Amino acid sequence: MPNTPGADPARLPLRTAAAVRLGNMSSKLSQKMGLGAGGMIGGRVALRLDPQALAHLTSGRSVALVTGTNGKTTSTMMLSRAVSFLGEVATNHGGANMPDGHVTALSKQPDAPYAVLEVDEGYFPEVVRAASPAVAVLLNLSRDQLDRVGEVRTIEKSLRTALASVTGVVVANCDDIMVTSAARDSANVVWVATGTGWHNDAASCPRCGDPIRWEGEHWFCTGCDLARPRPQWVTGDGYLVAPNGVKVELSLRLPGKFNQANAVMATAAAAALGVPVEEAVQRLRAVSNVAGRYRTIQRSGHRARLLLSKNPAGWSETLTVVREADHPAVLVINAHEADGRDLSWLWDVPFERLRGRQVIASGERATDLAVRLTYAEVEHTIVPDPLLAIDAMPPGPVEVIANYTAFRDLNARAAQ
Amino acid sequence: MSTNKVQIALVLPDLLGTYGDFGNAVVLEKRMTWRGIPAEIVNIRFGEPVPESCDIYVVGGGEDTAQTLAVRHLRDHPGMQRAAARGAVILGVCAGIQIFGESFTRADQVTHPGLGLIDSTSHAGGSRAIGEVIATPAGGLFEGLLTGFENHQGRTVLGPSAQPLAHVKVGTGNDGSVEGAVQGRILCTYLHGPVLPRNPQIADLLIEWATGAKPGPLDLPDVTRLRTERAKAAGVSL
Repeated sequence: MPNTPGADPARLPLRTAAAVRLGNMSSKLSQKMGLGAGGMIGGRVALRLDPQALAHLTSGRSVALVTGTNGKTTSTMMLSRAVSFLGEVATNHGGANMPDGHVTALSKQPDAPYAVLEVDEGYFPEVVRAASPAVAVLLNLSRDQLDRVGEVRTIEKSLRTALASVTGVVVANCDDIMVTSAARDSANVVWVATGTGWHNDAASCPRCGDPIRWEGEHWFCTGCDLARPRPQWVTGDGYLVAPNGVKVELSLRLPGKFNQANAVMATAAAAALGVPVEEAVQRLRAVSNVAGRYRTIQRSGHRARLLLSKNPAGWSETLTVVREADHPAVLVINAHEADGRDLSWLWDVPFERLRGRQVIASGERATDLAVRLTYAEVEHTIVPDPLLAIDAMPPGPVEVIANYTAFRDLNARAAQ
Repeated sequence: MSTNKVQIALVLPDLLGTYGDFGNAVVLEKRMTWRGIPAEIVNIRFGEPVPESCDIYVVGGGEDTAQTLAVRHLRDHPGMQRAAARGAVILGVCAGIQIFGESFTRADQVTHPGLGLIDSTSHAGGSRAIGEVIATPAGGLFEGLLTGFENHQGRTVLGPSAQPLAHVKVGTGNDGSVEGAVQGRILCTYLHGPVLPRNPQIADLLIEWATGAKPGPLDLPDVTRLRTERAKAAGVSL
């Protein structure tokens, strides 16, 4: 394969090759025994045997990393589809976004010359060091699971250091102040105006602390020189404008403004790897179901659309999507470790937008949500089991919005 | 700002709104308007002056940097401190309890002066206190249990002019023994949840202080159910 990068298994160090073989065996065993999807265990075993496995498995490949608070899984899927124009792509579909998930995904496709990896924000610096990415994509940064992930400003600083070391292209959202600050010190940044960003965590400048001021779409710090960079790519309502000024219709199957933002970020990243814009857009248009998200299930005379939202910024966008029609809504809230155990964030979500609609509060923490809905003056009932909540709605379309573990459990039960 | 509505100042929600603190202002507003007491929320953003004419001030939690910036802003625009001097009602949550005191010392051992509204000092504790809290009233200030979720590294020591809000049964609070502080009409707590949706009796206490009259009954079944659930989750029966 002349001129094509690749991680030829024959060229892997002996230790990595053995670690990968044992890891792959563990994945298959885990699947066979019904212990899990095998998305992480294989990588965990391989990393234990060879701590350098990630560096060895990415060596020789052209790697793109995708991180940010929201839209990682969708953007990763879009980007991997777009990059498939160039050749085989190894990718971690399904949100196993820590190093063990990366090693598992790369081990399964040792010959793929390209890798597109979704990366948890907390692990991003470590993965950048190991993978030396050709492209790093930073979507957005906002508050998420404060008791687990930590403060947004801490994350921004660690991403800033990691991105400054990237010799490849950094694709960053210039409508997000935290993202701009994190990406600005990198040598080679492609700025994308996505039209989306959560401003509530960025009233003060992440660099100097002074107030940020907005004038239309432009923003700037009143104390230092941090300001919205001029974008090369622009997201419009249903289209993008490429750096050469050409307008391309998106016509996505996925709903919402934030998926348009994900699509333009993915297209800009694919272009940085050499994919023609039209070819990229054509491929990501086809994405309709991302690890169960956005799919519709038929149940007891209902067509229930399953939507995942994990934090205030995500919920805010999803409530905009469900606003397009007046369907009844089932809202499902859990508070496990992976969700964040502190549910204070429910008060940052503008549930007031659901006034006048039929709403059921569901999930293990349905009551916390019910109190929030009470004060939002949204009429509701409580049905803790989400499937029974769907059944309790009048026949027809139902929007189901769930947070992380609630979505995962519902998706698994709906598949049975 | 002369108006016949009870004005609830949501102080620097863009800096100190990390833990759904907007919810505390909403609960105060709704519990008044539903009972026929006109009320409104006034957002006071970073970079804007702080008015001294509001009736209730709500100050929330925030990250370390945001907390330092907030203190600087509140010093430059001392409307809330002036309001406190004339007896306005103030609720301080988490970062609120730390910046209202005489001083707070971070994990880096740097001591920052507080706003001096309550007789207390705060310092960084060894470990972060995270989890459900249940506490019983101190000094008969309110009825029923205090419930909430804490997530803080700070520990607070009260001086003689400040009284604790509650005694900790489950969780850490100020120091593992007492929780929060009350001094005049300033009420502070480490509890999120946010605190007022979980503790309507505290919301009504603040409303009573602000309006001079004990508000009438307000039955919200979901709130009662939530209090029972959270107490049970913490291993306490309500």
